[in-house]
Amino acid sequence: MEKKFFTISVYSENNVGLLNRISGIFLKRHINIEGLNVSKSEIKNISKFTIVVFTTEDWTRKIVAQIEKQIEVIKAFYHTDEEIIYQESALFKIASHLLFDERQIQNIIKESNSQIVTVSRDFFILAKTGRRHEIDEMHDELEPYGIMQFVRSGRIAVTKAAMPITALLNEYENNN
Amino acid sequence: MDTMTKKKTTHKNPKKLRVSGAEAIIHCLLAEGVDLIYGYPGGAIMPVYDELYKFQDKLTHILTRHEQGATHAAQGYARVSGKVGVAMATSGPGATNLVTGLADAQIDSTPMVCITGQVPRHLLGSDAFQETDIIGISTPVTKWNYQITTAEEIPGIMAKAFFIAKSGRPGPVLIDITKNAQFDELDFHYEACTGVRSYQPTPVVKAEALEMAADLINNAKKPYIVFGQGVILGEAEKELKAFVEKSGIPAAWTILGLSAMNTDHPLNVGMVGMHGNYGPNVLTNECDVLIAIGMRFDDRVTGNLESYAKQAKIIHMEIDPAEINKNVQVDVALLGNAKETLKKLLPKIKKNSHETWHNEFKLKYEEEFKTVIENDLHPKKEGLTMGEVVEEINKASKNKAVIVTDVGQHQMVACRYAKFDQSKSNITSGGLGTMGFALPAAIGAKMGAEEREVVAIIGDGGYQMTIQELATIYQNKTAVKIVVLNNDHLGMVRQWQELFFESRYASTVMTNPDFVKIAEGYHIKAQRVSERKNLKAAVEEMIAAKEPYFLEVKVEKEDNVFPMIPSGASVSDIRLK
Repeated sequence: MEKKFFTISVYSENNVGLLNRISGIFLKRHINIEGLNVSKSEIKNISKFTIVVFTTEDWTRKIVAQIEKQIEVIKAFYHTDEEIIYQESALFKIASHLLFDERQIQNIIKESNSQIVTVSRDFFILAKTGRRHEIDEMHDELEPYGIMQFVRSGRIAVTKAAMPITALLNEYENNN
Repeated sequence: MDTMTKKKTTHKNPKKLRVSGAEAIIHCLLAEGVDLIYGYPGGAIMPVYDELYKFQDKLTHILTRHEQGATHAAQGYARVSGKVGVAMATSGPGATNLVTGLADAQIDSTPMVCITGQVPRHLLGSDAFQETDIIGISTPVTKWNYQITTAEEIPGIMAKAFFIAKSGRPGPVLIDITKNAQFDELDFHYEACTGVRSYQPTPVVKAEALEMAADLINNAKKPYIVFGQGVILGEAEKELKAFVEKSGIPAAWTILGLSAMNTDHPLNVGMVGMHGNYGPNVLTNECDVLIAIGMRFDDRVTGNLESYAKQAKIIHMEIDPAEINKNVQVDVALLGNAKETLKKLLPKIKKNSHETWHNEFKLKYEEEFKTVIENDLHPKKEGLTMGEVVEEINKASKNKAVIVTDVGQHQMVACRYAKFDQSKSNITSGGLGTMGFALPAAIGAKMGAEEREVVAIIGDGGYQMTIQELATIYQNKTAVKIVVLNNDHLGMVRQWQELFFESRYASTVMTNPDFVKIAEGYHIKAQRVSERKNLKAAVEEMIAAKEPYFLEVKVEKEDNVFPMIPSGASVSDIRLK
């Protein structure tokens, strides 16, 4: 079965230790987590994990089943890249003099649709949001000039189709 | 020294009470109906032990000689009684010693709550004396775990722990409680947990899946049932029997499904798996519909998945959604509790007998009997076999004993030949294969069913892993019967070495101590048998004893367990010799 990127969305209670439990499921199967983001979700007091893996659909399905089995997990889904809208963010720290000495830097900023977050005497910070390959391209273009620091976030994603979490929670409330 | 007796006092849930966290733990246990726990004290759990001292008229604590023993005893108790087993230990090494039992309970779906003490909250993460991150360590081997750091959390978390341990697919839960939370006071009020919103323990079987399953079963020419522990955990023994008898379908057991149906039932065709019976393995690859009930297609059952039951339509009755299509792709998934599923399926099933198909199992059994079983049970050779010892235990106990086995050759032989006429009688470490399991598990089993005969069958290797629990047996006068089948080897590993490593017996030869003297040192009546003529009388004397009894049987040193599916081979390639 073909390996590709899958995005796993996990809706859960916001409890200490759950990240350890979820990451252990990947560890057990020797699968690397390519990207991880944890944030609040659209539902009050419910957290959302967005996890990116590069593996087969069969493995992904089995992992999702194991994740869903965890007591604090409300529901987990997996999606291909075509089924979601997704982005990552990155910050670039670059020496300030380059902004004035290297004209090409200004072109890169303009063409990449990145924003200058702050400028100080010694450095300025660029923020870029987009797909991973767009951030990679920008990184490659800036690298020859010298990047003082670089960091990229985990993927965040929303699905094109609805995720029926609220209905699930309502069903639970009605049954109890 | 008094014989250990469970306390029968009923506990009234204190409506509103100002108590310490330690006392609250006791009230929670009593409110959950716990009257017996296993454990080992130490610094970080001392406040709870102090309360146990005060509550000893209501709650019995059994001091095992190692924390691992406490977990296995709690497992044995749970498996026989159907209740939640409870074990307790201190922080650090006490807690880490629970890990093997937790892992064993996790893979064998045994309901257990373990309570560990922890350093005070302000010392967490400081590498304090006897501090370990037991939450981190136990996460992969527990169904759920939680660290309590304030006294107020105790009633809610304890209630949740018991609910999670026993509901749905049962499993072990670990609660770690800091020492400050044990000392601090709270206004105690207890309410049993009836639900957790992110946890749906028992799916409801779908009507259309039931129709599809019934259709497949009613039109099958060679249908075949494999049942597992899900039948016992779901208390579906009666429903299984009714289903098998109405449908006329031959049924085989997995190692943990054993005793869910009478071993002597004419439609019970034997055991599947690596050392299971010949017919049940070979005919897996000839049936047209395979009905798996409460089993998880373990690799020891399936052998090579590429050639497992490829010709068959597969129906899987299972409570845990993560087990569906995990190892074997199924055609119909019946998600739900085995009892409810079978109840709903039964009226849709047509009465049948499948005599021709059943005869195929009989023919395969005759072949196995001539080549293997006859030699195991009625050997002509001089040396004693493990099989004949199990057969004598069957006879002396009239098939009514709880048989607790350790791990190795004796385990496979016992599961092949032990006979049972009631459920919850076969207690063994199936999934984890934990040597050292049987002796403490037998203690728990006896305390969980005091009226029943409990016989632990153990190899000389595993026996010495938890041999210190003989002291627990002596202290509590627990009338377990211990049979060590001594071949002076780690028998199963030696068998593999003989068959697959050209008889290079690397570190499997054991120079053993005088087991009889050791038992006698613990004041347990003991006997050794090394000749066939003495076996029957010795087993009968052991079964007749009212007190704990140790019997060592010197069996053949280099006997092998057959049939055998070599690791990674197909079930069709099972070897008879």
